[in-house]
Amino acid sequence: MTTLARRGDAAGEAGRLAALLLSPTFVVLGLVVGYPLVAALRESLYQSGQSVDADGFVVQGDQFAGLDNYTGMFSGPAATRFWNAFGNTTFFTVTTVAAEVVIGVAMALVMHQALRWRGLVRASILVPWAIPTAVSAILWQWIFQADGVANALIGNQILWTTEGWQAKFAVMIADVWKTAPFIGLLVLAGLQVIPRDVYEAARVDGASPARQFWSITLPLVRPVLVVAVLFRVLDSLRMFDLPFVLIGNRKESVETLTMLAWDEASNLRFGPAAAYATILFVYIAVVAFVFVKLLGADVIGEVRDRGRQARERGPEPLAKPEVVPA
Amino acid sequence: MAHKTTLRLTALVSAVLLLTACGSEGSGGSGATGGGGGGAAPALEGRGEITLATGKDTSNNMQKLAEEWNAGHPNEKVRLVELPDSADGQRQQMIQNAQVKSDAYTVLNMDVVWTAEFAANRWVVELPRDQFDLNNFLKPAVATAEYRDKLYAVPVYSDAGLLYYRKDLLEKAGVQPPKTWDELTSACQKVKALPEGANIGCYGGQFDKYEGLTVNFDEAVNSAGGSIVDESGKPTVDTPQAKAGLDKLVNGFAGGQIPQKAITFKEEDGRRAFQAGELLFMRQWPYQWALASKTDGSSQVAGKFDVAPLPGDGSGPGVSSLGGHNFAISAFAKNKATALDFIKFFTSEAAERSNLLATSQAPTRANLYDDADLNKQFPYLKTLKESILSAKPRPKAVRYGDVTSAIQEAAYAALTKTKDSGTALKELQAKLQDLLK
Repeated sequence: MTTLARRGDAAGEAGRLAALLLSPTFVVLGLVVGYPLVAALRESLYQSGQSVDADGFVVQGDQFAGLDNYTGMFSGPAATRFWNAFGNTTFFTVTTVAAEVVIGVAMALVMHQALRWRGLVRASILVPWAIPTAVSAILWQWIFQADGVANALIGNQILWTTEGWQAKFAVMIADVWKTAPFIGLLVLAGLQVIPRDVYEAARVDGASPARQFWSITLPLVRPVLVVAVLFRVLDSLRMFDLPFVLIGNRKESVETLTMLAWDEASNLRFGPAAAYATILFVYIAVVAFVFVKLLGADVIGEVRDRGRQARERGPEPLAKPEVVPA
Repeated sequence: MAHKTTLRLTALVSAVLLLTACGSEGSGGSGATGGGGGGAAPALEGRGEITLATGKDTSNNMQKLAEEWNAGHPNEKVRLVELPDSADGQRQQMIQNAQVKSDAYTVLNMDVVWTAEFAANRWVVELPRDQFDLNNFLKPAVATAEYRDKLYAVPVYSDAGLLYYRKDLLEKAGVQPPKTWDELTSACQKVKALPEGANIGCYGGQFDKYEGLTVNFDEAVNSAGGSIVDESGKPTVDTPQAKAGLDKLVNGFAGGQIPQKAITFKEEDGRRAFQAGELLFMRQWPYQWALASKTDGSSQVAGKFDVAPLPGDGSGPGVSSLGGHNFAISAFAKNKATALDFIKFFTSEAAERSNLLATSQAPTRANLYDDADLNKQFPYLKTLKESILSAKPRPKAVRYGDVTSAIQEAAYAALTKTKDSGTALKELQAKLQDLLK
């Protein structure tokens, strides 16, 4: 009886202690993740004063607009611009990530083979990834300007930063240059844990290098690759600084959803800006969910494993403290 | 059980914390309507330390002037707050500052086109007109500081476009600097007939899709006798004059007088092209003078160029768009009385002269343009004064960001031939009617 009560007390104490220790984390999470999300959602339901009173002053205060900001986006006068930005965002994500996967895997295979200068090759391949996007956008702007290196190389004057397909290409080239190394490095890490004897066995069985790649390498790096691709997809959907700096603001050919939200916010239409941001958030969440479900991206795999082990072993020792005799 | 209670408590505490955070944010963001000004110009009160929020102080002269002020006012010191490089970035910071009603910025160094927006939103306070000797300032510059006939800022720097031209090539071809667009094109043909001028481009400006395009479009329309808005602020871009102005640029691109790559030009790209000797005529701000005159090898045209007013359409000269910066006082700042005195100090003749000498930025006091010593150092001052005095401001709009976007959209579509100029202007007229009502 007394032991039981004590045990309850002790468990309670430990729980209290755990909660107490964790509460700062919850508070911080609430402040930095929860609050901005809720605030953005709330903001997207309002419209701020865009009208001017008789004295020429802007009418102050927010008016509740319900879902107007959302309906306006899908069918109102702003719909063309929204769908264009939505299309661009999706287009960039699909094309750049596809190119990055091919190039990144190729890079990883080369790095994996390279025996001499391995460290140097790896370090130098990471350079594009280390440069801040805005800075690399300026670099590429110089390359793509009318008298730039790109035009000198192809011996033709293409005006890359004007509206049109060439602008889309410029953004894609710059983005792939910057982020293929990221995939390359993650895949390389995956390659290095594949045991050599698997390949030896394949060779003994007479499998061609191509067959080895498709039947051994690819399936075995798949978990790593899927996570890398997921990260890149989420990143690409938020693409902002590269097209903004390289091509420019309000250029239809490259305007992405984040640029649209930025433009609306900088013209003080915070309601529609928040609505665009919310839609983008939902879009990203859906893509991530589908990705995890369909391809089984094991982003938090380690945690899940630990959880499973814990369940199998029963409660953690901490939750079952030693009974202290009175 | 106790465990759960604790969890709940924690959640509650977090929620309360969140709510208080929301609360303070909310009341800061949307509550008060009082802001700065009610009816008449409010008294500006409070003395003490102030700040000056400005773009990068590249010449260090602002710092120098601030130190001079600080030496004389030990209890009312000013501190420079440097904002991002780009005008958009500066505006963004100032707006964010106003949204949270922060007193971090006292004096705001604003682009001339922001006055209407900042005044209409009550982010800056009305200034007492009688405390400034505004008659000694350039009139068009003063007009940029007004909104609905009230003064909200004091002009500190002015700016207007000039036509830079290759003196050496024009002399060789035996032609005078052009006063009209037709003269410009015929001068160009004559220069192109010379062996030295065979490959030169005729005319350059700022035609990329950004604020510079608005400036160049406005100038083309105004120089052709049209206007963007009429006296009462109603848009007037769907007129034959406006079309003639825009067509001048469209045909320039089509006919090759304006090089194709000029569609990607911002100020610096055009400046580099002119300095490399690729252009005969260039519409540019005065800042190019000093850089194109450098003899360190960075400029191929040092000593070979001069400036004229922008070319017009009929017989007279063209009309420039007005640039420049004004100082205003944030509605949420403390120590507004000190700020007022500081603005007076910064726009005094001595300060403007030192600014001109250090930065070559155009002053706003008229008599400096007639100063013999300054003219010796800045030979373009006389032409610049003419250009400023005949310049027109860009439309004064509370939603200027949308207005300039609409103009850029239309002009860019016409220049890149995705729309013909008539359609582009008709659509622009409709958009501006919506934005300027």
